[in-house]
Amino acid sequence: MTDPIIQVQGLHKWYSGVHALNGVSLDIQPNQAVGLVGDNGAGKSTLINILSGMQIADEGEIRFEGRPVQFRTPRDAMDAGIETIYQYNSMVPTMSIARNMFIGREPLRASVGGVGILDRKAMREASIAALRDVDLHLRSPDALVGELSGGQRQGVAIARAMHFKSKVMILDEPTNHLAVKETQKVLGFIQSLSELGITAIFISHNIHHVFECCDRIVAMARGEIVLDRPTSETSMDELHEVL
Amino acid sequence: MKRLLKIYLDKPEMTGIVFLILLTAVFEIRSDGVFLNAFNLQGMLGLLPETALVAIGVTLLMICGEFDLSVGSVFALMPMTMGVMLADGWPFVLAYPAGMTVALLVGLVNGIITVRFAIPSFITTLGMLFVARSATIVISGGFPPVIPPDAMPKALFTAFVGPGDMFRMSFLWFLAVALLVSLMLSRTNFGNWIRATGGFLPAAQAMGIPTARVKIACFMLCSLLAGFAGSIQVMRLGAPLPSIGEGLELQAVAAAVIGGTALTGGIGTILGGIIGATLIRVIDNGLVLSRVDANWFKMALGTLTVGAVILNAWLRQKSRAIRVETER
Ligand SMILES: Nc1ncnc2c1ncn2[C@@H]1O[C@H](COP(=O)(O)OP(=O)(O)O)[C@@H](O)[C@H]1O
Ligand SMILES: [Mg+2]
Repeated sequence: MTDPIIQVQGLHKWYSGVHALNGVSLDIQPNQAVGLVGDNGAGKSTLINILSGMQIADEGEIRFEGRPVQFRTPRDAMDAGIETIYQYNSMVPTMSIARNMFIGREPLRASVGGVGILDRKAMREASIAALRDVDLHLRSPDALVGELSGGQRQGVAIARAMHFKSKVMILDEPTNHLAVKETQKVLGFIQSLSELGITAIFISHNIHHVFECCDRIVAMARGEIVLDRPTSETSMDELHEVL
Repeated sequence: MKRLLKIYLDKPEMTGIVFLILLTAVFEIRSDGVFLNAFNLQGMLGLLPETALVAIGVTLLMICGEFDLSVGSVFALMPMTMGVMLADGWPFVLAYPAGMTVALLVGLVNGIITVRFAIPSFITTLGMLFVARSATIVISGGFPPVIPPDAMPKALFTAFVGPGDMFRMSFLWFLAVALLVSLMLSRTNFGNWIRATGGFLPAAQAMGIPTARVKIACFMLCSLLAGFAGSIQVMRLGAPLPSIGEGLELQAVAAAVIGGTALTGGIGTILGGIIGATLIRVIDNGLVLSRVDANWFKMALGTLTVGAVILNAWLRQKSRAIRVETER
């Protein structure tokens, strides 16, 4: 077996009295698609928020590609190669697709102290290429994200993660409130990630979706991992029992 | 064709442009052609930079998702700081930057309090409106300071230039600032961060944008422009009165809103804010020329503001109804 890309050891997180994570340990292999399931309040979001730098753990250790890491900001995690796609949080509806693709990581033609002139041509061209790579054929990268359907938005977010060559993609309930057809499209994206050499952590409370596109199922309840099996060695019934 | 129509409907400053053309036509007719004659235009263009510079800052800050009610007070505080120092014998090259520093500090305080304590900027800057106005009156000692003649390089800001002496220098300063701020908003990564921060804060944060610093920078820029505008008015009038700029904060917000800036942030353009400010000057001047009682000014401004927002919402709805297929 290869070395895990992410190793989580004894992670704890408290929110003023609520023990949101109670000693979570988890190793994730490269190219794996891990499905993370559990009821509301199980601690799934807390776990991935720590992995994506949105929150800081109170106790425990994270290793990324073997090295211990401490992500203090989302940017730290992004720079390491971990991209997170949230249900709502990752796009600005009032901005164009091309601008959304590069928020915070804009290509510049000239700059002083990190602020500079946008290379708008590069932004448009890279957006078109990135969208094509995820098989999303949008008419123009200048269209506002607010005019896209939910599924198209997730497609753009995934295209963005691909463009920045992320190694790990975390998707927190990306299929919530999507129509059936759009949901299938997002599940298709997730399935194609391992061929592209990208590790995926897919959070959903729809067990069917997780079984459809993940190699491994991790179930959480009350801040702990209660089940961790390859998809082929577990069943929906077993999952229902532990949750 | 449909796409073209949609592009125009989507332009947030569209409503303002339509109103501007309409009102100009009305006033031109009602004033028997006086409204657009060279003399009257010269007068209007001489006053415009003072309102428009404030509107540029307020528009930028509103696009960033925040609000500044203290600009009218900073409009008075900056030149008062400068004036008191000049009256005290300090040279202009020190007094002017000192006034600008005070304006920047006000913006910094507005920004830090709003961001750190998560207070709505409406409240923070409402407080600052009173604080800065009070400071202006206190440092003036109740009387406008007597600035020695020639202590200020007035010509740099007020001299008439251009064909037929059509413009004041202040108009050129305003054009330069407008161009710079517009380019910053549309062509730099910092502009991208401003729009993202105002457009949808959680996304901006998740993408690693330093949203707190972006907001504070916008507060400071807004305050700086208000101070700059105030200094121009004082150069034009010759003495800093403690009461200048009263009510200007609401005119600036009206200008931004008429120009298509959304109160919720993320939507708007600098050009829109300028068009809004121009409309305010046009109404002010046009009513006088049409020999309408000056007390109607606020009535017209209020009606226009609400009307523009309604028209804007309607246009946006129409635009959304035009479904340009997004997928090929
Ligand atoms: N920011 C927060 N402040 C306080 N409590 C929180 C916060 N985020 C999550 N929690 C609590 O932590 C627990 C785990 O929440 P979460 O990780 O969001 O679960 P899940 O994503 O599995 O639904 C819940 O009891 C929730 O109420
Ligand atoms: Mg959750």
